[in-house]
Amino acid sequence: MNAVEGQLNQIAKGKVKTCEERRPHLTGILLHLLSFLSPLLLLVIWEILAKYGIVDVRLFSSPSRIFKTFLPLLSSGELVYHTLMSVQRIILGFLVGAIPGVVLGLSMGLFPPVKAMLEPIVAVTFPIPKLAIMPLILIIFGLGEASKIFTIAIGVFYLVLINTMAGVLNIDPLYMDVAKSFGASRLQFYTTVALPGALPMIFAGLKLGMGTALLLIVAAELSAARAGVGWMIWRSYDMFDIERMFCSLIVLALLGYIFSYVLDFIERIVIPWKNR
Amino acid sequence: MEKKEAIRIENLTKVFKSRSSEVVALKNINLSVRDGEFLAIVGPSGCGKSTLLRILAGLEKQTEGNIYIKAKDSTKPLTAVVFQGDAVFPWMKVIENVEYGLRIRRVPPHERRRIATSYLRLMGLENFAHYYPHQLSGGMKQRVNVARAFASDPEILLMDEPFGALDEQNRLILQQELLRIWEGSGKTTVFITHSIDEAIFLGDRIVVMTAQPGRIKAILDVDLARPRDMLFMKSTPQFAELYKKVWELLREEVLKARK
Repeated sequence: MNAVEGQLNQIAKGKVKTCEERRPHLTGILLHLLSFLSPLLLLVIWEILAKYGIVDVRLFSSPSRIFKTFLPLLSSGELVYHTLMSVQRIILGFLVGAIPGVVLGLSMGLFPPVKAMLEPIVAVTFPIPKLAIMPLILIIFGLGEASKIFTIAIGVFYLVLINTMAGVLNIDPLYMDVAKSFGASRLQFYTTVALPGALPMIFAGLKLGMGTALLLIVAAELSAARAGVGWMIWRSYDMFDIERMFCSLIVLALLGYIFSYVLDFIERIVIPWKNR
Repeated sequence: MEKKEAIRIENLTKVFKSRSSEVVALKNINLSVRDGEFLAIVGPSGCGKSTLLRILAGLEKQTEGNIYIKAKDSTKPLTAVVFQGDAVFPWMKVIENVEYGLRIRRVPPHERRRIATSYLRLMGLENFAHYYPHQLSGGMKQRVNVARAFASDPEILLMDEPFGALDEQNRLILQQELLRIWEGSGKTTVFITHSIDEAIFLGDRIVVMTAQPGRIKAILDVDLARPRDMLFMKSTPQFAELYKKVWELLREEVLKARK
């Protein structure tokens, strides 16, 4: 290895600081500060507008009012209970949708007959809004947990399926040639090329699926639920309890953030080779 | 097959058929590659030289004709290919990439790690064994690519413009390294290139191909002693003479292909 190449590699790995890196250090801190302060500023503006009656607190509430409602909700364990109910439904629904999505997506990507057989069915059923199927799901699965889990599952399923299939189909043919030229069997090709090659797209599908799961949990808990964050929102609506509604929205936002963080974390472990 | 023959190609023809047209990529190729020889194949772009290599590698089927490859050791793979471009698996570490051919052949993990490590050392990559390809430069990735082919220990080594995408300086270094490793291995090698320099520098013989359809136009011997050194070789009259010969043969074809 020559010295220049070694050094280049160190730069690529971030061990050696280049000129460009040294200067804007201060700018970097300022930018971080700005990202941190802007939401706070928004809250302050909201509070002031509410305080002076420029926005109607009966409709828009105010940060301090929401905070006053939030603390007892949290300390009484009520919020935690509803959050855990929803989290359980999301995780179960996510798994029930994602696992068959990955399996079928891989099969459709790898075996043309499977793709030929299933693609028209997927193409026709995918565009149906999942909310439109909910009444049917309720009739079939009843009012219990199963219908809620299935609603989420079906939304996750399609996104994961389509992304997984695309992931397999988009693998560079060069990699297939390499596997073939070394005499890889079908099974060896699947495990050493097809699956790892499709992983980035599979994860893109899982992330999209997670977004849909959060969307569907609110809808699923609208009907025939007695617990959950979505249920809290609809309950607050019935009671015209704006503060409670905002508290539930905060929980949903946090859930979305945590789930995407967890998926990113898992992705980092499963796909350590991805250039980030 | 004769004793000293590693590959024999007889009346090989390849036609690519599509609904509307037929393209004759290779026509009546007859070629014998000697055991332990480094054969360089040059030709204008689109002359089917890559197709010939893909047929030898078993990635493509010929339309007509026969290919015989001598298998001296049935436990070894017949061929291994160094592809043009970025053919290193991004999801495997450098060492896992080099082990790939051995893994496919179910060589025990311990054994294949030992073999792969020795080739990494030969290519000067031992400190990068546990890096992922995206952390490497283009030249280093191509080293991995070459190491992977050598490590699988094939009867025939096939290379399809392996250094075509590299910058000139990296290409010079890799050519020299390839030559060093190849001279130590004695492997029969078929090397596709569009660079005349490269063909003379590396090859024992040079096959010049015609523009489409690809035929063999001439086969030239490279009577330059080994081990070779690029700088020294370029200053010899034999090099200049051979360069001129190959270029004159090629020039006609390139001009023909432009029409």
